[in-house]
Amino acid sequence: MTASASAAGPAGVRRRLSAFLFRRRRLKLSLLLLPPLGWIVVVYIAALAVLLLTSLWVEDELSGRILHTFTLDNFRQLWDDPTNRTITRNTLGMAIAVTITDALLAFPLAYYMVRLASPRMRALLFVGVLMPLWSSYLIKAYTWRLITAYDGPLNWALGKIGLGPYHIAYSYTAMWLAFSYMWLPYMVLPVYAALERVPASFLEASSDLGGRAWITFRKVIWPLALPGIAAGSIFTFSLTLGDYVLPDLVGGNNHDFIGNVIFRFQGVAQNVPYAAAFACVPVVIVIAYLMLMKRLGAFEAL
Amino acid sequence: MRKTYGDVVAVDRLDLEVGAGEFFTLLGPSGSGKTTTLRLIAGFELPTAGSVLLDGADVSRLPPYGRDVNTVFQDYALFPHMSVGDNVGYGLMVRRVPKKERAARVSEALEMVRLPGYEKRRPGQLSGGQRQRIALARALVNRPRVLLLDEPLGALDLKLREQMQIELKGIQKDVGITFLFVTHDQDEALTMSDRMAVFNDGRIEQAGTPAEVYESPATAFVAGFVGTSNLITGEVARAITGADGTFTVRPEKIHLAEPGDEPDPDRYSAEGIVSEVVYLGVNTRYIVQLAAGGELVVVQQNQATSSMQALAARGRQVRLVWDRHHNRPVGGADRKNEVKEIPA
Repeated sequence: MTASASAAGPAGVRRRLSAFLFRRRRLKLSLLLLPPLGWIVVVYIAALAVLLLTSLWVEDELSGRILHTFTLDNFRQLWDDPTNRTITRNTLGMAIAVTITDALLAFPLAYYMVRLASPRMRALLFVGVLMPLWSSYLIKAYTWRLITAYDGPLNWALGKIGLGPYHIAYSYTAMWLAFSYMWLPYMVLPVYAALERVPASFLEASSDLGGRAWITFRKVIWPLALPGIAAGSIFTFSLTLGDYVLPDLVGGNNHDFIGNVIFRFQGVAQNVPYAAAFACVPVVIVIAYLMLMKRLGAFEAL
Repeated sequence: MRKTYGDVVAVDRLDLEVGAGEFFTLLGPSGSGKTTTLRLIAGFELPTAGSVLLDGADVSRLPPYGRDVNTVFQDYALFPHMSVGDNVGYGLMVRRVPKKERAARVSEALEMVRLPGYEKRRPGQLSGGQRQRIALARALVNRPRVLLLDEPLGALDLKLREQMQIELKGIQKDVGITFLFVTHDQDEALTMSDRMAVFNDGRIEQAGTPAEVYESPATAFVAGFVGTSNLITGEVARAITGADGTFTVRPEKIHLAEPGDEPDPDRYSAEGIVSEVVYLGVNTRYIVQLAAGGELVVVQQNQATSSMQALAARGRQVRLVWDRHHNRPVGGADRKNEVKEIPA
């Protein structure tokens, strides 16, 4: 009697526990979601709150100490400095240019992969698209510095077809090339996913009803691929907006992005409140961008 | 006409003429080439050899948008990002029909498929049957010369399918457009067609009215695919008819009679034992082991028979009788030398 009771002991407890959780679905769900939700609240939201809070503090100019008084001085100073506005405009312009470039490159590639490529070719292209993600970001940035150098392979290749040499190194053009290369996979994958969800019969139906290729593209393929492009653009846009390594390595000294300014203010000048205030700018831009993309159905396509 | 994919011959030596205003059905098992034939006519595929003529004009090399032919797709292929009105009006929009006329024709087409006022809805909000009607309206609104339908009722449940069969036939009569209808469902083919063609292995085995195809199947395949048939060959055929040759006889043409009844000179008869009885409600299927060898399937209506009586027939000695003219000689005598039933 006692033997059987002790044998049933641990198993009985486990079974009772699992039955208990089975009856209380909400409790089970809460237990499951506690770690990820806790992570998001503590690491994401709290960090953002600290950033916002810090931006309202101010650095004492004489002692360099941070005064915990709430003021909008940082934002005022930020706004009044025309350099900041130029840098923000340049950063934003690059994010838009890279997004458009990647969309233009990714769409035909993804379309080819979905509709025309043999399974073998498709697998090969997938590897080709994803392979750059396997290597280090820094290596790729340095590589682009080499590629775009005056006596680098890009000018060599252009020379072979009778062009150049151009002073591409340390320019916005070099950064544009490097960024477009870096984020292309993030655009190809969602566009591929969106196009894959368009059955071949849609294209046949459009053609059957009298639609030539251009009409079919404009009225059927494009609207159905748009959520995928919007989803991909979230990556290309926000990744460019937040980057500060590539402007440094590929853009050189004279092409600051918002990230570089922030880096200098908190790392070199030790003015963390001012850096925090500037960091709010890309956050606001990205939030606005996400809201815009939501209207295009980007979140349904992710 | 001929169509091959690499080494695979999808359609071979196809020669088919469909009259204007006909409801013509392409019937066959999957992979028999009926859908490929439809796609060749629509222009989604180009023939390897041969041509497609529409009112005498060769359209074989024209793209789908150059042919006065519209398709109702098996998966309906309604555009999910457009309203029902925009879906139905798509062909008119592409052809730059003025907005006012477009709206009028769309609402007319929706009325025809009995979904008036559905313009604003989205395809995603509709049931399968409603989507099917919208797909039909979207094709018919263009008033094509031929409408191609690729198993359009396949995704519907039985009741809805039977209702749609009648409605489709009615719509076809009203608009007078030639319908080319692909199905693997023989009941559907028999119900709806003016004429039909039975496909097998990329070829047409027989073309004709439903009655012709059912009553006088040209080949053993047609006999087996359209309805159920008993195929009788060799020794057994000789024992029953006294002559060589292969023939088929429909299970419902055979009567069960008491053994030893006087043989009628106008009828064939065979003795056997009922080995299996399947009660199907409206009728009962008996499988009879013949004394001469092999077995025959017999279907009898349960007009005066209860299920108890029907089931009690198992193991009983019976005589099977049928009119001589219900014996249909078919080709393919090289088949196995035994009586066998081809499942439908």
